[in-house]
Amino acid sequence: MRKIAQCFATRWGIISVGAFIGVFATLLQRWGNPANMGICVACFERDIAGALGLHRAAVVQYMRPEIIGFVVGSLIAAYAFKEFRARAGSAPVVRFVLGAFAMIGALVFLGCPWRAMLRLAGGDGNAIFGLLGLIGGIWIGTLFLKRGYNLGRSQATHTSVGWLLPLTMLGFLVLMFIFPQVEGQDKSGVLFYSVKGPGSMHAPLFLSLVIGLCIGFLAQRSRFCTMGAIRDFVLFRHTHLLSGVIALVVVAFLTNLILGQFHPGFGKQPVAHTMSLWNFGGMVLAGLAFALAGGCPGRQLFLAGEGDGDAAVFVLGMIVGAGFSHNFGLASSPDGVGPYGVAAVVIGLLTCLFIGFTMRKEVV
Amino acid sequence: MSTIVDARGFSCPQPVLLTLNEIKKVKKGEIIILVDTDTSKENISRAATSQGWNLKGIEPDGTGYRISISKD
Repeated sequence: MRKIAQCFATRWGIISVGAFIGVFATLLQRWGNPANMGICVACFERDIAGALGLHRAAVVQYMRPEIIGFVVGSLIAAYAFKEFRARAGSAPVVRFVLGAFAMIGALVFLGCPWRAMLRLAGGDGNAIFGLLGLIGGIWIGTLFLKRGYNLGRSQATHTSVGWLLPLTMLGFLVLMFIFPQVEGQDKSGVLFYSVKGPGSMHAPLFLSLVIGLCIGFLAQRSRFCTMGAIRDFVLFRHTHLLSGVIALVVVAFLTNLILGQFHPGFGKQPVAHTMSLWNFGGMVLAGLAFALAGGCPGRQLFLAGEGDGDAAVFVLGMIVGAGFSHNFGLASSPDGVGPYGVAAVVIGLLTCLFIGFTMRKEVV
Repeated sequence: MSTIVDARGFSCPQPVLLTLNEIKKVKKGEIIILVDTDTSKENISRAATSQGWNLKGIEPDGTGYRISISKD
């Protein structure tokens, strides 16, 4: 068991996990998920917010089983390798706010870092501006980290604290079984289901769930993190996590080529807009929020699965942020940014700067 | 005489930052780092060896680990 545990901590371990995500994210598109959106943590949490009715954007409502699988898969791995540690109390309200603004920024671009990479691997040139923004936002975050920014220590706590988000996710899964999708209907019991648009496009439930569980398990073991990859390279010139991210992009690109899903260009890309400045700006906000919160949205789900109650608060912040994004007209669409998207990015950046400048605590 | 870095409770990348700051400060000798997650344990082990420090040992310590690194 220890040997298996150690192999994931190696460079080949992280590369294998990146490659696994690259292959299966791309295959999920073939099996029904939206184009260049095999897995997008931000989009899928937004769809979950829609399924729960936290926003009423009819085209993005579906209880994505991949997200449920990420958290539960990580929980299983954490218990299997005796790493489950319930902990909480490191500035939870700050993490909630960072989660909300990370989502708002990501939905101005239309994707989390995972989707930015999948969009690039599918030929969407607009993703280049998003990725540059992501790098820029994380770079700003590293400046704060160098100046002593931190959110304070977490404390060990009751095991049940670490179980709350996994249990919530299992509850969402139960709701899907009690109120399954009915073809042509936009609601089943308490759950909303898109009948058109990206929310209506999904792989079969069990396939999505199993792939989500596998990725959750593997990512918990390997600590896969897209934000951490860039941050560690900028801060320390460490390339460990970065090699996993590069593997994801390369393998997703090759799989797209094989499946005929590679369509290079800027215009008319799936679930994307061409306003480069705001593709960039949205991801500066998201990248900075991820860096200040210590993990990309995927990593926050995996941390929540291994008992990190603060990461769970970030996830809830993202889901609530998705509600704000669509209710307030902040989210972009293929036509371009929403009516108040630019204002939200500016407010989000100012909020992140306020947090970054003021939350410095000398470490004793 | 070894110095102790208490990185327990901090999330990424604080434990690595604290360790590297201490490495820069003391330049050689022994440093003990206290962490409470396996991720921090792995990250610190990797960061310390990349700086040319030896990983002397990792022992369980309460609910976490006590990592000792050294450089002559």
